[in-house]
Amino acid sequence: MGELRLMKGNEVIAEAAIRCGCDGYFGYPITPQSEVMETLMDREPWNETGMVVLQAESEIASIHMVHGAAGSGKKVMTSSSSPGISLMAEGISYLAGAELPCLIVNVQRGGPGLGTIQPSQADYWQSTKGGGHGDYRLIVLAPSSVQEMNDFVELGFKLAFKYRNPAMILTDGVIGQMMEKVVLADYIPRLTDEEINEKYGSWVTNGRKHNRQRNIITSLEMDSVRMENNNLRLQEKYARMEEEDVLFEEIQCEDAEYLLVAFGSSSRICQKAVDQAREKGIKVGLLRPISLFPFPKKPIAVLAKQVKGMLVVEMNAGQMIEDVQLAAGCSIPVKHFGRMGGIIPSPGEVVEALEQKLIGG
Amino acid sequence: MTEEIIIAGFGGQGVLSMGKILAYSGVMADQEVAWFPSYGPEMRGGTANVTVILSESRISSPVLNEYDTAIILNQQSMDKFEAMVKPGGVLIYDPNGIIHPPKRTDINIYKIEGTLIAAELGNVKTFNMVVLGAYLKAKPVVKMESVEKGLQKSLPTRHHYLIPMNLEAVQKGFESLELVQAV
Repeated sequence: MGELRLMKGNEVIAEAAIRCGCDGYFGYPITPQSEVMETLMDREPWNETGMVVLQAESEIASIHMVHGAAGSGKKVMTSSSSPGISLMAEGISYLAGAELPCLIVNVQRGGPGLGTIQPSQADYWQSTKGGGHGDYRLIVLAPSSVQEMNDFVELGFKLAFKYRNPAMILTDGVIGQMMEKVVLADYIPRLTDEEINEKYGSWVTNGRKHNRQRNIITSLEMDSVRMENNNLRLQEKYARMEEEDVLFEEIQCEDAEYLLVAFGSSSRICQKAVDQAREKGIKVGLLRPISLFPFPKKPIAVLAKQVKGMLVVEMNAGQMIEDVQLAAGCSIPVKHFGRMGGIIPSPGEVVEALEQKLIGG
Repeated sequence: MTEEIIIAGFGGQGVLSMGKILAYSGVMADQEVAWFPSYGPEMRGGTANVTVILSESRISSPVLNEYDTAIILNQQSMDKFEAMVKPGGVLIYDPNGIIHPPKRTDINIYKIEGTLIAAELGNVKTFNMVVLGAYLKAKPVVKMESVEKGLQKSLPTRHHYLIPMNLEAVQKGFESLELVQAV
């Protein structure tokens, strides 16, 4: 256990997929995530574990290949970056509607449109509140280190299968392109067809054997009463996620008078900002949502009673701030600091924003 | 102890791989490391830079607004990063192609004739290793044996025959660092 390597975040996604017993990857290249498929092609896992790696003709084809393979109970994934995820949005809604588990990795870049290849966090809304049509949710995990890029591949699959729901790793060019030390997981063998039948026989469409009940996978239901019931079942599932699988990290919050709230790469920048602010005598802490859906509402509500104000730091124009405001209520000021278009804020800028927007204001 | 370094120059000078070998050397010495490159539509002749952080403890931000050490290998990078060295910090530069030498009076400044030395060694591709050696003279953050291990780890086996030549370049750079200004 515990092979130590120095790797890029994107490379680790590929390595972790092979090691966690992933059955298939379907993708299409786009900066800044192309190393995911490059690493997979280089590693040739089809020789080692039997994992399929396929470059599709487009992102749209990739997500529908994921749909087909997921329907047979296979552990499958895709990855892309912002514009590519937009292309996949229809397929993601279908996967959520058909209640199929899969893993989607979004290494975000700046938008809107073709935007820039530099890092951004402007797909928060797209990931947590839709992107595709209909009342659906994704399980969204936001890693803040190369180690978490490794850990969240297996975790994402675990949660996806627990809820029969697509899971997303929402990261960006900073974590994807950065190299850090990572302890790789041990190999988990891929499930055999017998094991898939045993575990997921109640829903998989992999050929009717042993006279089992016919399984149907579809998101279509023309009867409104039944369709509403389908929606209610989905909503119950999302409520259960909010009960059971909220993930977050609190850093130096015990004595905090002000709170930074940030996810992913922004939270790394904010950790440094916390240190810099504390050197100046400002008691500030950091709350890092790890699961963006389900969102850590409770710890924010608790800290809202303790601190004088919150600064939400994101590489966008202000998206997660809406969830923070809802959780914090109206008793304290909740402000936003963000950079856009591929600009990464520095820790110094965050401290300055904290002083200007909260402490001075 | 934490050492935050920016290495900046032209694409093709080996800036990113120098950072990578330094990061690997840190791993070999059991340190925490982060390597964060400028990425984008970069190419040979364009600008390239990489942030490397070596630390005894968990590393927070890979994105920084000030550095303990700046290793500067072209004028554009001098213009951008000279102001971002912490007071009392270190700036190392190769004077080749530098029109405006550093003007700061509150930092330690060193010169390394990396371009000339690499040419003298007979392989201009060892330029980045000469500069790495110079850096390790100014800031002995990792031992030479860790650099050797770092080279072994970061280079594919088919290139391992190049390691002695690279280590010679590191050694030459180590011996050739010139102090310009100490504070």
